[in-house]
Amino acid sequence: MTILQMLSYHFMQRALVVGVLVSLCAALLGVSLVLKRYSMIGDGLSHVGFGALAVATALHLAPLAVAVPVVVLTAVLLLRLSESRRVKGDAAIALISSSALAIGVISVSLTTGMNTEVSSYMFGSILSLSRPDAVLSVALSAAVLLLFVLYYPRLFAVTFDEGFARATGTRAQLYNTLLAVLTAVTVVLGMRMMGALLISSLIIFPALSAMRVCRSFRSVVICAAIVSVSCFLLGVTASFFLETPTGASIVAVNLLCFAAFSLAGIRK
Amino acid sequence: MAILECRDLSLAYDGKTVLEGVSFSLNTGDYLCIVGENGSGKSTLVKGLLGLKAPEHGSIVFGDGLKATEIGYLPQQTQLQRDFPASVREVVLSGCLNSLGRRLHYNRDDRERARMNMERMGVEELAERSYQELSGGQQQRVLLARALCATKKLLLLDEPVTGLDPVATGEMYNLIKLVNLCDDITVVMVSHDIHAAVRYATHILHLGQRQIFFGKAAAYRESDLARRFLGGNRI
Repeated sequence: MTILQMLSYHFMQRALVVGVLVSLCAALLGVSLVLKRYSMIGDGLSHVGFGALAVATALHLAPLAVAVPVVVLTAVLLLRLSESRRVKGDAAIALISSSALAIGVISVSLTTGMNTEVSSYMFGSILSLSRPDAVLSVALSAAVLLLFVLYYPRLFAVTFDEGFARATGTRAQLYNTLLAVLTAVTVVLGMRMMGALLISSLIIFPALSAMRVCRSFRSVVICAAIVSVSCFLLGVTASFFLETPTGASIVAVNLLCFAAFSLAGIRK
Repeated sequence: MAILECRDLSLAYDGKTVLEGVSFSLNTGDYLCIVGENGSGKSTLVKGLLGLKAPEHGSIVFGDGLKATEIGYLPQQTQLQRDFPASVREVVLSGCLNSLGRRLHYNRDDRERARMNMERMGVEELAERSYQELSGGQQQRVLLARALCATKKLLLLDEPVTGLDPVATGEMYNLIKLVNLCDDITVVMVSHDIHAAVRYATHILHLGQRQIFFGKAAAYRESDLARRFLGGNRI
């Protein structure tokens, strides 16, 4: 088997195109999320995504068409909760994500049982990507990338110092919501490939790795994007040749990368 | 001409009044220090002035064409900012946020203004350095440069010298006074440092959940209130 043979499979071509775009989105958003201490939101959303996908499968609905709106709504809700003083944000996330997981597991066991399809939601599979899914994924990730680039100065200001941004008339709430919605979309898109249990690492790892070695916001963003896409490509290739699970392989490569960057950061 | 006027202002959290009866007026070029103990309502007043908190009663009026979004704000340092990967230039440039309007990205004028303010605050040679690696004094000068990018008329500084060593504190006070005198920028500063307040400011506002004193710094120095607050020592 060679790389060329790998690229000749249609499912691999689809997986590579969607995967590169989703990795890019996850890395860009991840920088803001990690810095705003919102990392757990990504994790919570992935469990909600699993619940939504499981229910959609049980009801024979299109998985993405159900999961995207449900997860986007949850993201907005989680953001509101973590901003209000009455409810502790992290407790709310734990509550919502485990409830969604429970609903998903129950609806799966009542209908199809724990089959390979459900396992692919949990741990990801590059085979699970249908053609309409792929088209929708490409369109949505293009939208995420475009919005991030267009609103970059405002997103930086809101991430660095929300108080200052609000004082100078920036609608911080709006941009926080934008971040949450973009994250929700990215989580759902990435879930098919990475699995619900692993998608949040796609968001967090590249940002953390980049922050070990880079010192300005722009360089962290660019570095995270490069790290994310490279780790994805390496992970997918490794999983193809070693026949290991795709999502887990990508996370493993990210972990190695994080370790290497940490060492480089200490020596610097 | 009054650039800022509060009329019988009250501010509340969840219906509970934390500050009431605040009435004062500042002219262009004035330098006001807001003093008072912890919990006296200083930070709440700052939020009110920035328009982040609507008055429960009374009003805040800006004059001289100033808008609430054109205040150069220097917030209290939070833990969040300290480990943030951002270059000095990126931080200062983000002060131009309120001049973006409908534009999406900064233009050449914004970049030039950021450069000029970095030069004025003596942090231009640090432009490409990371904000998190700077000393406390340097960080505050960077945030002052950012605040100056956001305003031509009014600076609002929330405890700008807290945690700085004596040398950096003196430098910071001198820079603020310089901007106040040379550029005729009105300064409103929340401070714990009452001794510096009466030395640098033209006006003092003393809060204790209500307005206890407002007037010229010289008059405040002579008041019994100041003598008590200063620990019995005349300055």
